[in-house]
Amino acid sequence: MRKKQFRTNLIFIAIGIVLFLASNRVDELRVYQGATVAVYVVAISAIILLTGYSGQISLGHGALMAVGGYAAVLSRNGWHLPVWLSFVAAVLAAALFGAILGVAAGRLTGPYLAGTTLALAVGLPSLANQFHFLGGEQGLNYDVGQPPLSLGQDFTQYHWYFWIAGSAALIMTWLVHNVLGSRYGRNWRAARSQPTAAALAGIHLGRSKVLAFTISAGIAGLAGALLAMTLSLVTPSAFPLSLSFAIVTGAVLAGVTLLTGSIVGAVVLVAIPELTDALATHLGGSERVTANLPGLMMSALLIVSVLFFPNGPRLFRR
Amino acid sequence: MERFLNTILIGISGGSIYGLMALALVLVWRSTRVVNFAQAGQAILSTYIGYVVISHTNNYWLAFPIAILFGALIGALVDVLLIRIMLRRAHQGPVAAIAPVIATLGLLGLIRAVVGLIWGGDLRQFKLPVTNHGFTFGHTTIPFAPINLLIVVTTFLVMLVFALIFQRTNLGLSLRASAYQPEIARLSGIRVDLTRTIGWAFAGAAGAIAGILVTPTNYLAPNSLDLLLVSGFVAAVIGGLESLVGAAIGGLILGIGLAFVLEYVSSSLAFPAAFLVLIAVLLVKPAGLIGSKRVRNA
Amino acid sequence: MSGLEITNLEVNHGAIRAVRNLSFSINPGELAAVIGANGAGKTTLLRALSGLKHVHSGDAKWQGISIINKKPENLVRSGIVHVSDGKAVIPELSVKENLALSGIWRKDKKDVAKATAEVLDLFPILAARLAQSADSLSGGERQMLAIGRALIARPSLLLLDEPSLGLAPLIIEQIFSAINSLRHTYELTVLLVEQNATSALQIADIGIIINLGELVTVGPSHILLNDPALRAAYLGY
Repeated sequence: MRKKQFRTNLIFIAIGIVLFLASNRVDELRVYQGATVAVYVVAISAIILLTGYSGQISLGHGALMAVGGYAAVLSRNGWHLPVWLSFVAAVLAAALFGAILGVAAGRLTGPYLAGTTLALAVGLPSLANQFHFLGGEQGLNYDVGQPPLSLGQDFTQYHWYFWIAGSAALIMTWLVHNVLGSRYGRNWRAARSQPTAAALAGIHLGRSKVLAFTISAGIAGLAGALLAMTLSLVTPSAFPLSLSFAIVTGAVLAGVTLLTGSIVGAVVLVAIPELTDALATHLGGSERVTANLPGLMMSALLIVSVLFFPNGPRLFRR
Repeated sequence: MERFLNTILIGISGGSIYGLMALALVLVWRSTRVVNFAQAGQAILSTYIGYVVISHTNNYWLAFPIAILFGALIGALVDVLLIRIMLRRAHQGPVAAIAPVIATLGLLGLIRAVVGLIWGGDLRQFKLPVTNHGFTFGHTTIPFAPINLLIVVTTFLVMLVFALIFQRTNLGLSLRASAYQPEIARLSGIRVDLTRTIGWAFAGAAGAIAGILVTPTNYLAPNSLDLLLVSGFVAAVIGGLESLVGAAIGGLILGIGLAFVLEYVSSSLAFPAAFLVLIAVLLVKPAGLIGSKRVRNA
Repeated sequence: MSGLEITNLEVNHGAIRAVRNLSFSINPGELAAVIGANGAGKTTLLRALSGLKHVHSGDAKWQGISIINKKPENLVRSGIVHVSDGKAVIPELSVKENLALSGIWRKDKKDVAKATAEVLDLFPILAARLAQSADSLSGGERQMLAIGRALIARPSLLLLDEPSLGLAPLIIEQIFSAINSLRHTYELTVLLVEQNATSALQIADIGIIINLGELVTVGPSHILLNDPALRAAYLGY
């Protein structure tokens, strides 16, 4: 076990090094997209934990991201916390929210849970419109500061975003990987697939579910903070219902239990709009086509993948 | 007092539409144990077809049944093309719970994109079939117009018709049997696949009715029914997904609740209010107001 | 008119070959008891005959026509009715509605009414509980309801899967005597799968013994009942 653990850690470090080296050679747009991919990787892993392992469905993770995003912004603007500390605030705030939600959702299953999280996804972000200190519709600005001068003249703001998001994603994924492999991860899977047996084996089903919700929310909170960073802004419109759907989509594309798949899912989520944009322009580029082709392809891909490859692309099958 | 009554009236009208959408969702749920997120997509497509009829004939009352017919047709097609495949490939494991959700979400996106491709995203207007101007009694005009009356009466009729079909006819018996125990239904000679398709056709029709009723007072665009999806779903869950009457009641509760929040609290707290209403109901009754004693897992 | 002819039937259950190279035949009007231990493949056999399970190879013919790999709904219309084990009624529906299921597809509504009356005559306890939900019935009553529903479909071949499962001995006696009398009244061919081998063989004409999916022996039931080796192996005494 220790050898495996060591090897896994090495892999994470290696990925980190590769990413950072590569990012220096890649243009601005790609680097920015890379940051977005990092956001999605974190968000998707939240769903993998909650749905893939604990078996609870959430259509409202966009709202949890919003909690994290707003918490990061408020804590930085209000208390002048360093960026990484504001991330911690984001995780804690979202986790707290997740705990409350988890308790409330504890008795709900299937469509009832889906409906509740759906209502949350739509209801929560719009709260910001109501309260002035949340910035209303305009939102609040989030400034993570300039990259340190020691990184050189060519190191742009976007590169900085990528470094921050990338390292946060890497660390978070490493953490999630460990949690999923731990006793808690096994408990969740047991509770999901054989609840009666699990309960008889001493697993407290209710607590297990709430724990999953809490941790998953915390992870989503970080994703929200990272998203706020890339946008330099939090507004309700940054966390629409479609974000919650996109995250779940990404998780399904990832094969809902495979953490490695979260990268695949995230890349697809970012790549599809880009590719279909190019395709649409190629096909003539009327406004209708450019506006709707990405959605069309993404939806078709989603349907095909959930029907025929529900456990993720063959590559990752152990 | 007047404000109170007006709020209730507004709530009843809005709630009826939610109830119709909820009805469609419950119909699918009862026949297939799937929450059809694509319902709003099917509804908007049917509504656009109604729009096409109106723009050619300038006749709303012709467009109405045609939209409903297409709604039923589209619903049946979705079942035959998508759901049959999905059921055949029923998977075990973690994906099983969310696979239908994802599939219907994907379908929603697909239909929306297709609608956008065909008709574009511009907002369009529907001619009102009956006036939008509130009924007037002497000097007072209440915020309840003939169009609202049309909505409420139609919802009531639709619910009545479906309730009768389900409880009093052989078709309804087949629909219920196929939903509860498809294998036993098959062994009794019931054509379960065909029955399920009919259930989807009914649901598609109900969704189309909701779309074509609500659009004249609103506007027509590929995403104009999205919020209806959410409210319909919330209404269905409040009512407990097991009963048609529950769907209508859930719609009314949500409609009236929202109307009160919008009027007495704040106009931008509608969605948080919806969430709170939902959570309040589910905390007390996790299977919805008229949920069955056996809380069926998805 | 020929009866049920099974030839070299092979049926899978998941990754396992649950029925192997099974061959036997039954004459019309006979009651055949299919006996075997748990997991012997008896239920799989019935499910293959009623269209619920895909047949890998081999054939099964009823009245000269192949019935394998057909839709269950269609086989019911050809007179093959399967009363599945354990859950043969729909608990959410009332007793009356359960009985009415068979009548939905039948065109001769007069005969459906007649058949329903006959069933209520045969099982008076159902008549007393018509409006109640099937959920509230005891195990024995549910079995009667399931068999009653099957009869209203006017079957020619009746497939019964472990009707005695989970029932008290007294009720089992009632059920078996009902099965015996109705198969004569309606001139049914019956394939009766049972673990309760003695009771089954006592009302059967033929006994078919299956183990691990394969045929062990076929023969007149009274011979099987009296064969000491078989008795020891399968009947426990």
